[in-house]
Amino acid sequence: MAVYDFNSEMSSIVLNRKDNVATLLRDVKAGENITYTFEGKLQTLVVKSDIRFGHKVALYPIPKGERILKYGESIGAATEFIDRGEHVHVQNIEGIRGRGDAHIQKEVKNS
Amino acid sequence: MTIIKGYKRPDGSVGIRNHVLLMPTVICSNQVVNRIGQQVSGTVAIPHQHGCSQVGKDKERTHQVLVGMGKNPNVGAVLIISLGCEVMNAEQIRDEIMETGKPVIWLDIQDEGGTIKTIQKGIEAAKELVKQVQDGQRVDIDLSELIVGVKCGGSDATSGLCSNPALGKASDLLVAENGTIVMGETTEIIGAEHILAEKAVSAEVHHKLYDCIRNFEMEIDRMGVDMRGGNPSPGNIEGGLSTIEEKSLGCISKAGSSSLKGVVEYAEPIKGKGFYFMDSPGNDIECVSGMAAAGVHLVCFTTGVGTPTGNPIIPVIKITGNERTAKRMEDNIDIDTSAVLQGKETLEQAGKRIFDEIVSVASGSLTKAEVLGHQEFSINRIGISL
Repeated sequence: MAVYDFNSEMSSIVLNRKDNVATLLRDVKAGENITYTFEGKLQTLVVKSDIRFGHKVALYPIPKGERILKYGESIGAATEFIDRGEHVHVQNIEGIRGRGDAHIQKEVKNS
Repeated sequence: MTIIKGYKRPDGSVGIRNHVLLMPTVICSNQVVNRIGQQVSGTVAIPHQHGCSQVGKDKERTHQVLVGMGKNPNVGAVLIISLGCEVMNAEQIRDEIMETGKPVIWLDIQDEGGTIKTIQKGIEAAKELVKQVQDGQRVDIDLSELIVGVKCGGSDATSGLCSNPALGKASDLLVAENGTIVMGETTEIIGAEHILAEKAVSAEVHHKLYDCIRNFEMEIDRMGVDMRGGNPSPGNIEGGLSTIEEKSLGCISKAGSSSLKGVVEYAEPIKGKGFYFMDSPGNDIECVSGMAAAGVHLVCFTTGVGTPTGNPIIPVIKITGNERTAKRMEDNIDIDTSAVLQGKETLEQAGKRIFDEIVSVASGSLTKAEVLGHQEFSINRIGISL
């Protein structure tokens, strides 16, 4: 699955070429220029807010409802439009699986 | 071929520890067991909340865990303490453990005439058992005898980035030597089961894996709950993990690249070689206890935010990929793989370090959880209390 390409110079990592998020390898501040490698080439990205180590940042604009891809696989869907450089976390994405509550909400809506 | 130093048991099985196990058959026996344990060194105890008011599969599960803990080859002898009116059948538990040929003594609190008399007699019995197991000497054992559990807990983004894939490399080294790997946590393969199912050696194993997931998701639906907040836990979310799918995709890499040989029930003995999946909760203590009851010898446990988890009868090797956690919780962490994230070590090199630690711990060196006396134990429960 994921291609691991760790490098001491990188401030974030993209695990698969299909991914639309990168994972930060250090804390970053709003407005900071971060780097990652994509298909062997060094890329840069300006982050829009303070984001902590281990959290994700959007590599491209992601429309509401679109799948978030990490390791080349879906980790959930965007609950709102997410712009390039924005923090991608529980405030703007939600899981598709293990959602017994979604089932209940649907039943309430239909009744 | 790698050699470890272990204990040969009468039934031909091999242990890497030589514990005298103090086993309450019911919650009511916990205090007596704890007092005996305080008095007799060389013993380990498994106090628990079960054994009474249980029926059906739930009762069977508790029975299987208790018998499995007694049968685990890391245990040299067992002292069973029952109360007398519980649903657990202490005599049957004793008889099943005795099939292994190891010494087992059974005392009943109601028969003995209360707490003090049972403690007095239990201390004498435990002392005798400790003397008996002391005769056991470590001998050369082929590494292929070893069954290693792979588990993660307190995960953060580093778990999926380096500690789990590094453990996966160690798993591959172990399976290459004909050893056995057991991965649990049904809750934590949700969203990644298709990748795991592709590795199944047969259609039957493939379907069995999907059945585990389907049953669990039906339960989530029945409860009408969102897993988030429980799993990923608040600590997982703080560490950067947003959904169960994200966590699962990081989790599954710890089993490495082996084919999936079989899917077993919680606490069901592992009878083959290679990579097995155990249908179990992600809950750290319940999962590790289920592995111990299945005959697992030791667990490799990756953690992002840090956990002290141990087990009474099996060593738990703690591995992190988070440099801050490695420094902040140095007391608890055995291996730091964070150099991988800094580009200073490869996953293969980190995996080899984990493999070497497995060999060392299997031959007697103590994990930090063992040194600190972490002996958490908990039986997974699936039924109601009557």
